[in-house]
Amino acid sequence: MSIVEAAGTDLHQIAASGKWPAAAGKVPIEWLGAIRERGASLASHLPIPDRKLEAWRYTPVGFLTKALYRPVLEGPFDAVQVSDVEELFLEGSDTTRLVFVNGYLATDLCSNIVHEDGVELRSLGGSMGEPSDELRDKLDQIADKRHVFAALNSALMSDGAMVHVSANVAEKRPIELLHISVGLEQPPMCHPRHLIVLESGASVEVIERYCAIGDGAYFNNALVEVSLGAGSELRHVRSQEESPKAQHLSDLHVRLGAESRYALTSVALGSAWSRTDIRVNFAGEGAHADLDGLLLARDQQLNDVHLRVHHDVPNCTSRETFKGILDGKGKLVFDGYIHVAQDAQKTDAVLANDNLMLSRSAEVDTKPQLEIYADDVKCSHGTTVGELDQDMLFYLRSRGIPLARARQMLCQGFAEAVFGRIVGTPLYDRISRLLAARLYETE
Amino acid sequence: MMLSVKNLQAEVDGKPILKGLDLEVGAGEVHAIMGPNGSGKSTLAHVLAGRDGYEVTGGRASMDGTDLLELEPEERAALGLFLAFQYPVELPGVNNTHFLKEAYNAQRRGRGEPEIDSVKFLRLIREKMDMVSMKPELLKRPVNAGFSGGEKKRNEILQMALFEPKLAILDETDSGLDIDALRTVSDGVNALRSPARSIVVVTHYQRLLDYIEPDHVHVLAGGRIVRSGDKTLAKELEQRGYGWLSEQGEAA
Repeated sequence: MSIVEAAGTDLHQIAASGKWPAAAGKVPIEWLGAIRERGASLASHLPIPDRKLEAWRYTPVGFLTKALYRPVLEGPFDAVQVSDVEELFLEGSDTTRLVFVNGYLATDLCSNIVHEDGVELRSLGGSMGEPSDELRDKLDQIADKRHVFAALNSALMSDGAMVHVSANVAEKRPIELLHISVGLEQPPMCHPRHLIVLESGASVEVIERYCAIGDGAYFNNALVEVSLGAGSELRHVRSQEESPKAQHLSDLHVRLGAESRYALTSVALGSAWSRTDIRVNFAGEGAHADLDGLLLARDQQLNDVHLRVHHDVPNCTSRETFKGILDGKGKLVFDGYIHVAQDAQKTDAVLANDNLMLSRSAEVDTKPQLEIYADDVKCSHGTTVGELDQDMLFYLRSRGIPLARARQMLCQGFAEAVFGRIVGTPLYDRISRLLAARLYETE
Repeated sequence: MMLSVKNLQAEVDGKPILKGLDLEVGAGEVHAIMGPNGSGKSTLAHVLAGRDGYEVTGGRASMDGTDLLELEPEERAALGLFLAFQYPVELPGVNNTHFLKEAYNAQRRGRGEPEIDSVKFLRLIREKMDMVSMKPELLKRPVNAGFSGGEKKRNEILQMALFEPKLAILDETDSGLDIDALRTVSDGVNALRSPARSIVVVTHYQRLLDYIEPDHVHVLAGGRIVRSGDKTLAKELEQRGYGWLSEQGEAA
């Protein structure tokens, strides 16, 4: 059976093919069988999104019919050496680094993977030891596979991190999940899958990055599940720095237990087409989430964030701050939805989406929504779309700063409210540099 | 001449504001430009600094022999022109120290001089901050954001101290200042007086000139300098107001 039709990538056929990825040892992972079957069955029934679906109205997936993406069914990729990817490592950082090349763990590129008691670090592919039952039981339990891509990830997940932090363990060293994509002759389609489980009172920081070697075409379809136990705390930093020809789709599903804290800083700078679905469920009282995002859409880039925050229980708070910068014919889509259930009294949520247009040909489609069924809540949302302020530009120029640099500084200032949250970290320096370079090029 | 303005004419949205203005400022001199509201004082300051939105329809302006009107605002700054704003602009998210260092090094680059590193810069800026009695924490904040009126003006004079311009134009620097802040800001300006630096003080009120004593005073009315004199002219204006002069200006 041909996986790829001449007309493009047929997701239904891929799902129905029954061909599953195999990591080290080339043996399919047995315990994943049931999850894969379930995912495949869903994926072969769910519609391929088109513009008639509200959630995909501004984000066409036409690229799938044009490119012949082929799922990467075998790993790992041994060809990539440290010297090839060193420049992607964070300078001066001492993270526990798991590196995935085209969806598979590359053990030679990892560092600091030995862990102390209380932190279980495994990979889905099995090369870091067998995952415990606690981890196996949680996999695929948090994600809800509302669209074909999420279901497809469950069917075709190749490899990924499985992290378990035991009760009251504070892991000090951040865990970095570094994805490196390499465009192949046949553009690869990769399905990284991660699971992060924090038991009650545990804390850790996870840095999730998507980078590329070269500027090849590929399609990443990632899925991340996060389960936070009572009173646990996760700092989650994501940076999407994909190749300019890449298609990037990622699904993030977070479930917050009582009194837990979740802080997300999500920066999306790269790829030709990018969509991130973030779904946050408040499942226990007294929890708090900070969800911050920075999106860049330069000429011919499309960058989409769909945010779904479900306040299902009382006394939880959330702050959603997403900032977009557009240039050329760039396109941004922000769909932020907060649902407050009838029982979720004393919910306090503030959703903001601010956009800075550097060009009149760019387009932003923003839709903040609140749906509130409780009667004692404090919720608000706001959206702005603006241009660079001429007074600010003149002020900078009158101080000797050239126009291009002045524009760049103001963009960075605009973005600061979001990525200023990670100031002082090696990733901040990198993002800052990347952002500056990408905004500078526009001149 | 440090600044030489000849028959300068400029308009905003097709409306003439400067109608043939002449001004000569020698090296090391302090000139005050006074005049009623709407006389063109701020327009003059902005045209010299190179702001968009003002169309120069005639005349010339040069600094130290270089034609200013041909240059971008940043090039004028690198050349040694500094404008202290009447309303310093707030830059949310742009750290003040970062801004000052960027500007300082950009001007150096513009003059073909080497940039200085962070350590040297911090030493330099601390020294200048003492001069204008500015609170050190203001360096860590975004530029002018949430600054009081006095703090904003101090931040302007701090920049003047840092950039060491050849020609500083102070646009209504006294507006919004209480007496104490006025004194500190003026002390800062006075400390920067030097034979190599010229200062043009644009002001509506005579008050500031009690602190920054000018060598020459000019009255701007109806888009032209209608009268020039020494500092006694400022006193006279305070007593008699502008009415008698603008009538004269119109008549001329």
